[in-house]
Amino acid sequence: MTLPTNLKHVVTAQELTELINEKENVMVCCGRMGPMCLPVYDIMKSLEESGKYDHVEFRDMLFDSPEAAIIRNAPECSSFMGLPFTMYYKNGKVVKATTSIQNMDMVTEILDKEFAK
Amino acid sequence: MTQTDFDVIVLGAGPAGLTAGIYLSRSKARVLIVDSGIPGGQTILTHEIANYPGIESTSGYMLASTMKKQAETFGCTIKSNVKVTDVDLSSDIKSINLGNGEKYTSKAFILATGGRSKTIGAKGENVFKGRGISYCATCDGDFFQDKEIIVVGGGNSALEEAVSLTKYASKLTIVHMLSDWQAFDHAVEDMKANEKIDYIMESRIVEFKGEGALQEVVIENLAEGTTYTKKIDGVFIFIGYEANTDFLQGKEVKLNERKEIIVDENLQTNIKGVYAAGDALAKKYRQITTAVSDGTIAALNALEYIHSK
Repeated sequence: MTLPTNLKHVVTAQELTELINEKENVMVCCGRMGPMCLPVYDIMKSLEESGKYDHVEFRDMLFDSPEAAIIRNAPECSSFMGLPFTMYYKNGKVVKATTSIQNMDMVTEILDKEFAK
Repeated sequence: MTQTDFDVIVLGAGPAGLTAGIYLSRSKARVLIVDSGIPGGQTILTHEIANYPGIESTSGYMLASTMKKQAETFGCTIKSNVKVTDVDLSSDIKSINLGNGEKYTSKAFILATGGRSKTIGAKGENVFKGRGISYCATCDGDFFQDKEIIVVGGGNSALEEAVSLTKYASKLTIVHMLSDWQAFDHAVEDMKANEKIDYIMESRIVEFKGEGALQEVVIENLAEGTTYTKKIDGVFIFIGYEANTDFLQGKEVKLNERKEIIVDENLQTNIKGVYAAGDALAKKYRQITTAVSDGTIAALNALEYIHSK
């Protein structure tokens, strides 16, 4: 089960674990095709295409997939009650997690801080 | 070579801006549409649109995507998710500066910057956004299964969303600042008929509190001037929209007291060659259909303007 976005998708928990262990910087937006999630996917695609964040892997994951429990049940998301849940992993560890809609400035601020080249 | 000089620059890629782009580019004008977010504006916040003539039912995202595709097919250049740092509207040649250092010029300019959901502005609102505070019932309603929640507002959106949220919530309280409802009678009747809903009039939330997630709110009774604390699991806020015109503060474009753009019957602002369309206008009704109409009128008048030069 995947989201019909033009981002690359993470389908399984195992795939996510492998990705964050293999790649230094990973941003994963876990959501639905809803109004709070779509702008975040669009921002991620824009950043991916801009070429400025080639050192970051951008992915999405379907919130309602059983496999997404790895994000839904993450301790960093324990107080989250707004879609999407967006995770930032560095060297396999969560360095930041956000809930609900984010704008371009919010996302780039996190990327520039947590994934500085 | 990248084109930097256009006939018309449209600021905002909601229904008004995209419609203007469709009309202008189909008339062979060179058009740039710029938006700081995703194309579609507030339309994408709508799950289902059932009152757009000619389309029985669609999502806001699909409608906006089709409009964007149409505009691009006719030759529009669209730059979304870009930061606008400055606009010069008063010169004969208009210009826009982007955060990446790019600058674009045009003969005419259309302001279609739309609106955004109002926030309460109470202490703690930003802290608990997504942690108990939501502005989208369809997105976040299921996080509040069997929980007690508040809906803030007294208009149609607030009452309709309150009724829809009772699918999840065990109890729902509407908090409204005024002594009467600003909604249609049928929306008030539906709300009052719902056994899970209670309401508090002439009151407002002045503070959100909690550890990690929202746990309680401080409510002010405006009639009595008293405050009290209420334990709560979630708050949904539907108190209307405000125009995205902050960037026009200190500019020459005339705004009304609600910071909405004032235009003449041709949708021209007080500056020659600068038009406005959509929800940022000073007007009574804000619908996708009215935005589309505004975009059409602004585009046709902008075309006439550039041909007269």
